[in-house]
Amino acid sequence: MKKIDPTHHELVPEHVVLEEEEVEDLLQIYNITRDKLPLIKAADPVVKAIGARPGQVVKIIRRGSPAGEAVTYRLIIK
Amino acid sequence: MSLKVIKEIKFGILSPDAIRKMSVVKIVTADTYDDEGYPIEKGLVDPRLGVIDPGLKCRTCGMRFGECPGHFGHIELARPVIHMGYAKEIYKVLKGVCHNCYRVLLDNDEIKKYSKRLKEAKVRDVEKQKVLKIIAKQSARRRRYTKNNICPHCGAELPRIRFEKPTTYMENTEKLSPSDIRARLEKISNEDAELLGFDPEVARPEWLILTALPVAPVTVRPSITLESGARSEDDMTHKLVDIIRINQRLRENIDAGAPQLIVEDLWELLQYHVTTYFDNEVSGVPPARHRSGRVLKTLAQRLKGKEGRFRNNLSGKRVDFSARTVISPDPNVSINEVGVPTPVAMELTIPERVTYKTRDELRNLVLRGPSQHPGANYIIRPDGRRKRIPANDEELRKTLAEELDVGYVVERHLRNGDVVLFNRQPSLHRLSIMAHEVRVMPYRTFRLNLCVCPPYNADFDGDEMNLHVPQTEEAQAEALILMRVQEQIISPRYGEPVIGGVQDYVSGAYILTRDGTEFTKREVEEMLCMAGLDVDIPQDKNLWTGKEIFSLLLPPDLNVEYKNKICRRCTTCREKDCPYDGYVVIKDGKLLKGAIDGMAYKARSECKLLDKLVKDYGTDTGRKFLDSITRLILWVLGMKGITVDMNDVELDQDAKDRIEEVLLDGENKVDRLIDAYHNGELEPLPGQSLEETLEKKIMQVLAAARDRAGQIAEEYLGMERFSVIMAKTGAKGNMLDLTQMAACLGQMSVRGERLHRGYNNRSLSHFKENELSARARGFVRSSYNKGLSPTEFFFHSMGGREGLVDTAVRTAQSGYMQRRLMNAMQDLKVEYDRTVRDNTGLVIQFMYGEDGVDPARSDYGKAVDIDWIIHKHMEAV
Repeated sequence: MKKIDPTHHELVPEHVVLEEEEVEDLLQIYNITRDKLPLIKAADPVVKAIGARPGQVVKIIRRGSPAGEAVTYRLIIK
Repeated sequence: MSLKVIKEIKFGILSPDAIRKMSVVKIVTADTYDDEGYPIEKGLVDPRLGVIDPGLKCRTCGMRFGECPGHFGHIELARPVIHMGYAKEIYKVLKGVCHNCYRVLLDNDEIKKYSKRLKEAKVRDVEKQKVLKIIAKQSARRRRYTKNNICPHCGAELPRIRFEKPTTYMENTEKLSPSDIRARLEKISNEDAELLGFDPEVARPEWLILTALPVAPVTVRPSITLESGARSEDDMTHKLVDIIRINQRLRENIDAGAPQLIVEDLWELLQYHVTTYFDNEVSGVPPARHRSGRVLKTLAQRLKGKEGRFRNNLSGKRVDFSARTVISPDPNVSINEVGVPTPVAMELTIPERVTYKTRDELRNLVLRGPSQHPGANYIIRPDGRRKRIPANDEELRKTLAEELDVGYVVERHLRNGDVVLFNRQPSLHRLSIMAHEVRVMPYRTFRLNLCVCPPYNADFDGDEMNLHVPQTEEAQAEALILMRVQEQIISPRYGEPVIGGVQDYVSGAYILTRDGTEFTKREVEEMLCMAGLDVDIPQDKNLWTGKEIFSLLLPPDLNVEYKNKICRRCTTCREKDCPYDGYVVIKDGKLLKGAIDGMAYKARSECKLLDKLVKDYGTDTGRKFLDSITRLILWVLGMKGITVDMNDVELDQDAKDRIEEVLLDGENKVDRLIDAYHNGELEPLPGQSLEETLEKKIMQVLAAARDRAGQIAEEYLGMERFSVIMAKTGAKGNMLDLTQMAACLGQMSVRGERLHRGYNNRSLSHFKENELSARARGFVRSSYNKGLSPTEFFFHSMGGREGLVDTAVRTAQSGYMQRRLMNAMQDLKVEYDRTVRDNTGLVIQFMYGEDGVDPARSDYGKAVDIDWIIHKHMEAV
């Protein structure tokens, strides 16, 4: 079967892996620890496609929400 | 004191030793009280089990009635019995274990593999559940082999084991007694038990079988003394009596060396009683009954269901300081108010503290006592003692009033202006409970303003509502600020008014403000007086238009323009010069053009006027507007009158002929389609069969015919008919309803198809089989006014039934969905940084609703109405 890159699909929002410093900033802004972040599985097709590892944090930017652009962060787990 | 956090809770099974350890008395006799009425020692109401009589002290803990929580006893069973609640688990264990060597039926490799996986999985992990399930399956598997069904450890041939509900186990054809089973379970090693899902520390397999039965404390099964002096025992006690009796007989028979058959019969009977003691609704077991034939309520019945402990006593409780009665409408109370009947106001009280300022007033209330309305029921002395104010002893009331001083508290009657919470079930909304101000009134119903019916979803066909009185100043202040009705005019769901004009208020506003409505000065004065409007009116003006009167309710600097409901959607809108009152112009608080209708202030709709009043001028203005307009319109309707009759949907002959023609034409078209179909001339639509195509085309033709008939009827239905006013202004009903009354009902349908079921290949026996014509498949060409033919009436009922079923199903489904959603989201909270988090601090959304907008403060769900801001700004310049 042909391999499909899910990141190119129009319904898939943009996923970006955060650098470690960016993660620290994020945690500081919201005054939280890592375990308070929403989760995403490492087995998630998009996570696999962008090659992110468990323990990293992805920034998900969804356009077309009522707010125009909705940003959320998810911690990758096994 | 340092806070300790609960890290985990471990559940286990009560072991016989644990039961004996926590027991304060071994119960041996089935008797309860002796002839003098004292509890018998070692009986079912042994004084050590707790106290249920006031005045006595507990023999175990020394506390009194109400303080002593009660203590467990136990019964030693002569023979072990199955605990019906564990019957299934017992079966699982029996299947997975060898009857000869008591090892798990897995070979050594499997054991190694699975115990490793189990150890790796965390406690309560889904993974652990999965592994346990696999083990149960794998170990039971060997038993079902036809060949090689032997134990991997000792090589014994494995018999088939069958479970017969509720408490019997068969090995091949032989019945396994609870003693045999227990003996087997005892010999399972701790390691093997773990593989079977047990934590042997707190739950050994053999504890699934009862050898000692805990006896609940008397405090949970109190006996009641009847008027005759006779005692009546609780159902649980009755059940325990049965158990003890049979247990005793069983023991005697065993000791006497009775034949096996008799012992087994008694054992079976003991099993029955113990089973029904736990649950009296087990399938396959006849429920135990009281002497009178009533089914006993045992343990499970106490907890289960709507009337059970969980749903009735823990999830919901009864409260003090509340009242419930029928509601009725009263346009003269404010939307912020609720009319409270005097008898209710005299029962509900508010504790008020005596200060230098309130002393004289409260003394007066005490003097008036509990049986006159503004009075008081209790005083509370500074030491906390409560004293009832007597209704019939004026002298005592006087002394109490004089005694009153700073530091006392008086529980005074509810009176005008007090804050109360008002609620109507089902409370699906936060708007289902709102804070109202009390207005004490005669008679026996709660009175409420009609504008607040929509948020409560209330009407007056017998609805009842609840009222709660907040007892502290903090609670009252909080209710007033957060829950007051006027603060809820804009819905937190979609940012439009949910409180506003309903029904006649909408059509009445139109009648008041349409072109041509005029009043004399005297009428205007009377009207304003009735509406309680305190405004100065020019004395030199003798004839007033309705628009001028309406303008008196508007703030003087209001400027709005909009198309209203009766707007005819002309291709080119002439706006200010609209000849049909369809374009509203309000300039400097004066209604210049257009009629006020549903578009202005109807509840649960886009309200151009009320919305602006509330959002730009504040909730106070909004409330005053609604309060005064409801009174004003009531008077207008009293003067002008509004009524509906059959003539409203009567058309003249000309219209009837035209409609007849249109319908006939439609039916002919249908016949032609059917002919085309039979002659094979019909072209199927893409992706559809010939039959589907035909059906679709027929539906289209008939829908068009009905629409056309409706249009013709609408031409003749003018604004001089009140029902048309109601439909066009949005007060009640719509034009489709009216055309159905006047012109034609149209196609009836079930599941979106024309009617065709009922008889063999036809809808009714009046038609030929497989007839496809319009009238044979549920097209109703009559109007409600004309009346339906018998077949049409039947078709109409078929369509109507589907509607009823749909509503029933929909409410049930959406109710369940809402319950699930509420349970899932009940403790999510928007934090100050606008993130949404749950109670553990886990982030659910990084920005509430992704845009951080509170819909209750929004403009129809959007953060701001840019156009309106620019409009206002331009005006100011």
